Amino acid sequence: MAGHFEPTEDGGATIALDEVEISILRSLAVQLLELIGPGSEPADQPRPPRDAESPAPGGARGGAEGGGESGGSGSESMEDELAGIEAVSWPPFADGPSEPPADPALARLFPDAYGPGPQAAPPEDLTPGSEEAARAKRDRAASAEFRRYTENDLRARKREDGLAVVRALDALTPGESGAVLTLTPAQSQQWLGALNDLRLAIGTRLEVSDDTDDELYQLPDSDERKPMVMAYLWLGGLQETLVETLMP
Amino acid sequence: MGPVSVATPTEIERPETTEEPVEVPEPDVPWVTVVHNDPVNLMSYVTYVFQAYFGYSKEKAKKLMLDVHHKGRAIVSSGTREEMERDVQAMHSYGLWATLTQDR
Repeated sequence: MAGHFEPTEDGGATIALDEVEISILRSLAVQLLELIGPGSEPADQPRPPRDAESPAPGGARGGAEGGGESGGSGSESMEDELAGIEAVSWPPFADGPSEPPADPALARLFPDAYGPGPQAAPPEDLTPGSEEAARAKRDRAASAEFRRYTENDLRARKREDGLAVVRALDALTPGESGAVLTLTPAQSQQWLGALNDLRLAIGTRLEVSDDTDDELYQLPDSDERKPMVMAYLWLGGLQETLVETLMP
Repeated sequence: MGPVSVATPTEIERPETTEEPVEVPEPDVPWVTVVHNDPVNLMSYVTYVFQAYFGYSKEKAKKLMLDVHHKGRAIVSSGTREEMERDVQAMHSYGLWATLTQDR
């Protein structure tokens, strides 16, 4: 299968993409931007009112689902969406949220900084008054504070990475056999970040785990998850070859 | 008997306001950044991140990645709490699942 990155002389990367690949990538990147988008998670403290609050394309829409569509039609509305996303900026110094996002894919992109990580026991399993319960409470408080100070920056960075993908794709003028995309070293970094975020979001939606891999990768064509699995694997190949071009 | 005057200049002792948060019980114990295993991140990517961000050698980065993969987690750096918060934030921006904790 074609579709792998190769290193360029200046430390960047290049790849040949056909029109379908370009539109799928673009569609997925736009959905990632919508997922990350203007923070749909309310901060626990009242924020200064934003004029003309844009409708939050929140996590409920499900970042990655339906990405198998070609995205060829309705590109105008996509431009509108994108313009909206690009225009959004938080008031400087505004606090970020203190609670983890409710959407699992978003929660994976913005995890808690304190605590036992993925092996966390649900709070109700902890004996009230026990050392573990006290520690979990401390971790929650520290995570909340960390989140307030860092999550907006993190969102902004991930949004920039996603936008870099869309912009690079939009700069292409595909001919009959597609187009050759060439990334500068800086663009490669942004693509690497966006490809990884995309795979994290899709992987969370597909509930990828070390155990379910085999089942997931041998789905019958009739399974509705199949297109998303194909996209997930394809993105994995793109990311793998892009990492190789960057290996110091 | 006159009063003895002590003319030696002394350092003014400021009464330290001891409002340190209770969650720093042992300031001498270093904090660590822990990276957790997840089924999505590519092994090559995780290795790359350890090399690119921490400046670790390829061997060290790969060993840490394998520790994460096989043991479920690995300590990738240690230092002050502030330094570890910086590292965790960086790991999150790379998409790795990281937490900081006080080593004990």
